[in-house]
Amino acid sequence: MKKILANSYIGFLLLLLYAPIFIIIIFSFTEAKVLGNWSGFSLKLYASLFHGGIHHSLASALWNTLIIGLIAAFVSMLLGTVAAIGIYNLKPRTRNVVQLVNNIPILNPDIITAISLFLLFVSLGISQGYTTVILAHISFCTPYVVLSVYPRLRRMNENLYEAALDLGATPFYALRKVLLPELKPGMISGFILAFTLSIDDFVVTLFTIGNEGLETLSTYIYADARKGGLTPELRPLSAIIFITVLVLLLVINQRAAKKRL
Amino acid sequence: MEVKRNLSTFMGKRKNWSIPYILFLAFFVVTPLFLIFYYAFTNSTGGFTFDNFRRFWQQPEAMHTFVFSVGVALITTAVCLLLGYPAAYILSRMSSKTAKIMVLLFILPMWINFLIRTLATVALFDFLGIPLGQASLYFGMVYNFLPFMVYPIYNILQKTDQNLIEAAQDLGANPRQVFFRTILPLSVPGVKSGIMMVFMPVISTFAIAELLTINNIKLFGTTLQENIYNGMWNYGAALSLVMLLLIGLTLLFNGDGNAKAAEEGGLI
Repeated sequence: MKKILANSYIGFLLLLLYAPIFIIIIFSFTEAKVLGNWSGFSLKLYASLFHGGIHHSLASALWNTLIIGLIAAFVSMLLGTVAAIGIYNLKPRTRNVVQLVNNIPILNPDIITAISLFLLFVSLGISQGYTTVILAHISFCTPYVVLSVYPRLRRMNENLYEAALDLGATPFYALRKVLLPELKPGMISGFILAFTLSIDDFVVTLFTIGNEGLETLSTYIYADARKGGLTPELRPLSAIIFITVLVLLLVINQRAAKKRL
Repeated sequence: MEVKRNLSTFMGKRKNWSIPYILFLAFFVVTPLFLIFYYAFTNSTGGFTFDNFRRFWQQPEAMHTFVFSVGVALITTAVCLLLGYPAAYILSRMSSKTAKIMVLLFILPMWINFLIRTLATVALFDFLGIPLGQASLYFGMVYNFLPFMVYPIYNILQKTDQNLIEAAQDLGANPRQVFFRTILPLSVPGVKSGIMMVFMPVISTFAIAELLTINNIKLFGTTLQENIYNGMWNYGAALSLVMLLLIGLTLLFNGDGNAKAAEEGGLI
């Protein structure tokens, strides 16, 4: 009895969380312009998403989101990994200070990060666009990479790297053959995290993107919503993104479970 | 040759590897925050002034929005805690395989852009014939931030030492006592980081409120954004500083939970 109650509570919360998503998916199969109107089953939105009928600006917004996300995640991964190795080898007092500053972008509300970066760029007279968005994204993504790489360094056997050097490996060789394989899982999860944060970001992007007409998916949707409607093609697009992520996570989970057995 | 050798001994000291990132942090994190202070205490010509804060104090509208936003954030956090704690507790009692999938299901919606989700919530309310206003605002807030409450609490409950619970039972505690005197106190760090992870984003959000109430209810985040957008950088910076102050207080209240929240901030 208790168990049934508990399970139905979880079920109820999940229903609440998923209701809006189901609405998007269901209404991606109809042509109606306004979300919530049903004008009969149709795959037209999916077709127009794939056959160039797609709003030109939506396509470029999607493209910008992916490019910015990939560049920001890649640079953050490199910068964050090198930083984590460096921070790990700092004296405790300096290390604490750097880690504290590293936590600032994570704990700061995004609107504060956004406004502070906006003020930085306008004070320096840098015109805002692609570069500023990418720099801004790197600045709030890298701390997460540091946090995901750092625990792996702590868990690693200190002597392995020294042993490699003693056996005649150059520092670079030891880095490539000893350090990197140990850090790889942390780097990968850092990259994925950074990419996710970047493509999901709205506030920081809005403040650093300038007004030259550059759009990412988030700013596009925001502008769209302010105009009073959502481009209908966003429904099938969201449905596809959702299903892809769902399948990916299930596969990863399944494989992780198998590995443990 | 000399330069190259110097460079390689420099790179050989691995603590020096932190230098690029320290410079990066100084430029992209510390300097921008300093600029908020600078702009907040100057006027448009660069002279030192308290006017920006005086204006906030004397303008009932901005002040009212601020107080209202704090209220919304507090209520949202409380509702998330009330709904999320039992959920986290139930999840922590499930077999680890089921729990894994369930936690995944709680986090999954966050992969859809939150603006689209929010608009879908609007459609849901339209569909049910409920007018947009306070009710939809709170629903949208709780809906968006509930996973941030469930995850850290689940995490800590799941790591709780079973022996402690069994010891309490063996020593004659009834289920109620076991919960209130053993499980709940042990989960406080998780609750704290959950509170942080809900309260801080809610206090600063602006798009959600805008969309869920068709711009009828304004939150402090919107005030911030509008001022910066309209070129009132100094006043906007002062308002940002007010928000930073509030965040600072929250961090102080949270004490040791902060580092944990930072670590778990990466759950999405």
